[in-house]
Amino acid sequence: MTNKNITTGLNKMKSRTYTGTPDRKRANIDILDGNGVTAQAVLLSRVQSIPIFPITPQTEFIKTMAQLKEKGIYKGEMNVLESEHSVLSAAIASQMTGARTFTFSGSQGLMLMHEMLYVASGTRTPMVMVNGSRALSAPITLWPDHNDFFDQRDTGWLMLATESNQELLDSIIIAYKVAENQKVMIPFMVNMDGFIQSTTRTEVEIPEQNKIDKFLPKLKQQVKLDVTKPMTLGLGAMEDYMFFRSQLHKVNLDAKKVIMDAHKDFAKITGRKYDVIDTYKLKDAKVAIVIMGADSTIAKATVDVLRKKGKKVGLLRMRLVRPFPEKEIRNALKHVKHIGVCDQNIAPGMSGIMFNEIRSALYGEKPLVSNYIFGLGGKFISKEDFGKVFNELLTNKKEKRAWIM
Amino acid sequence: MSKIIPEEKLRSQGLKGVPYSVAGKNIPNRGSWRTHVPKFDDSKCIKCGLCWLQCPDNAIKEKKDGFYESDSRLCKGCFICAKICPVKAIEMVREKK
Repeated sequence: MTNKNITTGLNKMKSRTYTGTPDRKRANIDILDGNGVTAQAVLLSRVQSIPIFPITPQTEFIKTMAQLKEKGIYKGEMNVLESEHSVLSAAIASQMTGARTFTFSGSQGLMLMHEMLYVASGTRTPMVMVNGSRALSAPITLWPDHNDFFDQRDTGWLMLATESNQELLDSIIIAYKVAENQKVMIPFMVNMDGFIQSTTRTEVEIPEQNKIDKFLPKLKQQVKLDVTKPMTLGLGAMEDYMFFRSQLHKVNLDAKKVIMDAHKDFAKITGRKYDVIDTYKLKDAKVAIVIMGADSTIAKATVDVLRKKGKKVGLLRMRLVRPFPEKEIRNALKHVKHIGVCDQNIAPGMSGIMFNEIRSALYGEKPLVSNYIFGLGGKFISKEDFGKVFNELLTNKKEKRAWIM
Repeated sequence: MSKIIPEEKLRSQGLKGVPYSVAGKNIPNRGSWRTHVPKFDDSKCIKCGLCWLQCPDNAIKEKKDGFYESDSRLCKGCFICAKICPVKAIEMVREKK
């Protein structure tokens, strides 16, 4: 078997977007990009406060929200502050008064927020943030990769990565449901790929407001700032610091079940089913790719082409990053012979970040795990490239670490 | 189409791996996603320098003989030079990949 055999015909396959199959009679269909979708999700979840600072993949969101506010459609507050660090400080404060808060950043902006991300999870602030992921400087680029998102994996936030704009809309609403659960009370970060998702318009079904209102009732925050009952938040702890950290860890682990339940409830009102991981033709697969983000659509199209040729290939897309769905990943992948973890991120001097986590989840199981770094800074990847990866996985009997560039 | 390079075969290229530029040298590729590139017809060119002045990416350089050329590492194929040229000496041609 040569490269040519496996990759011919990949070009002929029409590009497909996996936005689900919306029922035209039932709901509103709109053609929206990632920024527009986020604006719709903000309206649907009745957000009351948006502290924000403009950064490249997200500037159009601010424009859209400003227009909606001027027309009186969005009735909450939107404040443009002097930096991302102040934005998250303001978001924590605003959420702590009991107002449903949203913010949106990416790349360098998220890096500047880093310090306050720990404060947000430490004070157990149930807000939601979208990250339009973009590669980090230097050298500077405006195109996407996941290093900014993965860099925040130890902050204690719940983290979820999306593939399509439809999923982004649904995930923001689900994120509020989970974060505001009294058993959870941790902030939620939803990732979208800057540029690929933020500026590509796709068909999106917008659920009805009354259904979302039932799914996501008014916020009842138990710990909140009130002038009649003064209190201190995020106070000095010293000896008890470890106790609060253990609580954050435990609650983060337990949130997985809350997220699964929220997915089930959401499926009841919209019919769109989500899981903590997204598997694609994986049940009888001999080799599989593990991937995250919008480029998984291209990888799924490659799986389709190769399946038509009789190759038993599959795909697993990471959705939930924190809490890490270790058990689900092990159960989904343990029968596979060779796994290629395609990382759109790099921990220089180590390997891809996701590769580390997937391999640790599979410790003691049979599969070989190889690592492929691709698409850093939005480097273009095609179906042919994924075809070559599948080809290597099918033929190689050894683990490999490589770069697709 | 990209190549799959095993990690062992990545080679250190010294200062080439440091993103710096002195007087327009060592500029990384930034416009590979363009569809068209400008083609300069020196027989029509009057050396007015409007294209050089209007290029938003500083992609147009003056040659030694006073005529102009575009730098393929920088040009995004925006058509501004072709529109601005008063004697239509610049033609945008589809780039073959």
